[in-house]
Amino acid sequence: MTRLMTASALALIASLSAAQAQSKTDLQWWHAMGGELGAKLEEIVKGFNDSQDEYNVIPSYKGTYPETMTAAIAAFRAKEQPAIVQVFEVGTGTMMAAQGAIIPVYQLMQDQGTNFDPNAFLPSVVGYYTDTDGNMLSMPFNSSTPILYYNKTVFEKAGLDPNTPPKTWAEMEEFSKKIMESGAASCGFTTGWVSWIQTENFSAWHNAPIGTEQNGFGGLGARLTLNGPAQVQHWGNLKRWADEGIFKYGGPVGGDNAPPMFYSQECAMIMNSSASRAGVLANAKDFELGFGMLPYYDDIEGAPQNSIIGGATLWVLSGRPDAEYAGAAKFFEYLSSPEVQADWASFSGYLPITQAAGEQMAGFFGENPGADTGLRQITLNTPTENSKGLRFGNYVQIRGIIDEEFEQLLAGSKDAQGALDSVVERGNKLIEEFQAQNQ
Amino acid sequence: MKRTIFRNQLLPWLLLAPQLAITFIFFLWPAGQAIRQSFLREDAFGIKSSFVGLANFRGLLDSAEYLNSLKVTAVFAVSVTVMSMGVALLLAVAVDRMLKSARVYTTLLVWPYAVAPAVAGILWWFIFNPTVGVMPYVLEVVGYDWNHISSKTDAMILVVIASAWKQISYNFLFFVAGLQAIPASMREAAAIDGAGPVRRFFDITFPLLSPTTFFLLVVNIVYAMFETFAVIDATTEGGPAQATNIMVYKVYFDGFIGQNIGSSAAQSVILMLIVITLTVIQFRYVEKRVEY
Repeated sequence: MTRLMTASALALIASLSAAQAQSKTDLQWWHAMGGELGAKLEEIVKGFNDSQDEYNVIPSYKGTYPETMTAAIAAFRAKEQPAIVQVFEVGTGTMMAAQGAIIPVYQLMQDQGTNFDPNAFLPSVVGYYTDTDGNMLSMPFNSSTPILYYNKTVFEKAGLDPNTPPKTWAEMEEFSKKIMESGAASCGFTTGWVSWIQTENFSAWHNAPIGTEQNGFGGLGARLTLNGPAQVQHWGNLKRWADEGIFKYGGPVGGDNAPPMFYSQECAMIMNSSASRAGVLANAKDFELGFGMLPYYDDIEGAPQNSIIGGATLWVLSGRPDAEYAGAAKFFEYLSSPEVQADWASFSGYLPITQAAGEQMAGFFGENPGADTGLRQITLNTPTENSKGLRFGNYVQIRGIIDEEFEQLLAGSKDAQGALDSVVERGNKLIEEFQAQNQ
Repeated sequence: MKRTIFRNQLLPWLLLAPQLAITFIFFLWPAGQAIRQSFLREDAFGIKSSFVGLANFRGLLDSAEYLNSLKVTAVFAVSVTVMSMGVALLLAVAVDRMLKSARVYTTLLVWPYAVAPAVAGILWWFIFNPTVGVMPYVLEVVGYDWNHISSKTDAMILVVIASAWKQISYNFLFFVAGLQAIPASMREAAAIDGAGPVRRFFDITFPLLSPTTFFLLVVNIVYAMFETFAVIDATTEGGPAQATNIMVYKVYFDGFIGQNIGSSAAQSVILMLIVITLTVIQFRYVEKRVEY
C-alpha cells in the first residue's frame, strides 16, 4: 500500500514537472457544448494544442448557454474570467454593449498581427456579429438556421409527391389537410422555437423588419417593430391552424415536445434547426426523411429573402495577460481554417463559416442530400437590413415574452395583432431598461 | 433554563465563531449585497453602475408581470399547503386507527420526503407529459385533453401536485405524532356519549390538533414559497405565459437568465421582508401554542 502510494505520488510529481517543462501558455475556453458535440470540440482543441508548442487551450464545459454566459459574467466581476467564452446569439447585445469587458475579434486579430481576411467569411453568418462598419466582433463557432424536415413516407401515403416539399404556406396548409384527410398522420406540422423560427426568421425570410435601426444593429436606441402586417398575418394563421389541428405547438423556448411529435409520425412536418439533422436522422427510423426550405407567403413581396442564423460565437474577454491573446488569435486562425470548419460542420450539422469551408464540403453535400439546405437558405440572397440578424439588449427575456404572448394567442385570450403589440410593448420596456443600464 | 457561566470572556466568542462566520458569509454578506444592488442600476458586467434610489422597486410595482407573480405565488402557496396538509391529515387519521402494521405504513409514507425536489419535478413531469406521459393518456379516456405546455390551469395543477406530494410525508409525520398525543380516553368518553366518528373528529381530534396544524401551516407556506424552485425549474420553468412563475423563480430568471441584477435584487429584498414577517409570526404567535 505504502509503495503504491509512493509510486503514484512520484508519478504525480513527474507529470507536474513535465507540464511545467513545456512552459506553454495556458488559456481557458468556457463553452456550452455537452455530449457528442463536446467530445468533438475537445478533439478540435487537441488538434490545435498538438499543432504548435506555445499555447495550450483548456476547454471547460460550463452547462447550458445561459449558465455559461452567467458563469463568465460572474467570473469577470470576480476578475477570474476565461480568455474565451462561447455565448449564444441572443446574448450578443449584452456582450457587445460591455465595452471594456470584451476585445472585439477584428481588433484582437489586428493587435496580434494575425493574417485575417474578413471577406473570407460568409456574410450571412458573420453579418450577425459585426458592427455597423462591418467589423467582426466575435468569432462564429456553431451557427445554424431553421429548415423544414418532412416525412416522405406519410407524403406518399397521402398521395403527395414525396420528393416535393411544400414551398409556400398555402401549400403547407393544403398538404397538411390532404395528409390529415387521408389519415396518413393526425397533424400537419409542428415547430421548434416559435421565437427564433416563426417570428425572427419568419421576418427575415419575408424581408420584414424586426426592429428599428437595422434590427438593432444601429445602436441602443433601437426598438422592436415586429408587429407588422406580415407577422400578424402569420401568427393569425398559426392560431387558426392550431384550432383546426393542422399545427401542434411544441412548447416554449426550443419547443421540447415538437421533435417527439415528428418522430412518432403524429405530425408530418417539423421546422427546426439545421443542426438537429443528426438527431432527426437517428430518430427517423420507421420512415424516410426529406428536407426543404422554410415555407413563405408568395403574396408578400420580397419573400423568400434569406434566413438568419442562431447558435453561438466565441467572445474574447479583456483583462488577461498579453500572451493569452496571442494564443487566442492563433487559435481563431486555426478554428476558421477550411479543414477544421469542414470537419466540424460535417460532423455537427452546423454551418461552415467561411466560403472555402463551404466549397470543401461539396463532396459531403453530394453524399448527404439535403445537408446543404441550411447553407443554400442563408445564402439565397444578399442580406438586407431586415435579414442580417437582430441585436437587442435583454433579448433572452424578450424571447420569453414572444413565447408567452404566443401562448396567450393560442389560449384565445388575445388575437394576433394584440399578442404582437404586447410583445413590442413589453419588449421595448426591457430594451429601454437595457439602454439606461448601458449609457 | 440552565445558565452556564464562563470565566474566560473570550471562550464563548470562540465557541460561537464558526456559526457566526457561516452566518456572516452565507447570509449577512449576500443579504447586504442584495440590498445594495437593489438601489443600483448596473449593466451585466458591473462596468457602469449608478444609484437609482427606489426606481427598481417602483418598476416592480408598476410591472404587470410582478403583480401576476405575486398572485401566482399566493395561489400556489395556498394550494400546496391545503393539498399537502389535507392529504397528510387524512392519511394520519387512517394510520392512527390501525391496530396492526401502522409502522409499516408510516415508513412507506415517509419515503417521498427523501426525494430531491428536482427529482420529484422530473418524475411528475414524465407522468403528466402530454406526449409520452401516463396521466394524459388516462385523462383522454375520461375526455380531458391534458396539456400543461399550453394550458395555464394544467401547468398550475402539475406544479402543485409535484410540490405537495413531497411535503405530504413531512406533514404526515407531525400529524401522526399529534394524534398519538391526544389521550384515547377523551375520544372514548365521547363515543360513550354517543358521538359518531365524524363528530368525534371535528369536536375532539381536530381542535386538539390545532397547535400542530398551526405549526405546519407556517412551515408549508414557507416551503411552497421558497423551496419549490427546483420543482418549477424541472417542470414548467415558470410558464406557460408566466402562469407558474412564482416569486423565487422570477428572482432567478430575471437575475441569472436576464442579467437584470437591480430588479432581481429588489425582488429578493421584498422576499426577505416576507420571510422576516413569516418568521416573526411563527415565533410570536404560533410557537407559543405548539405543544411538542
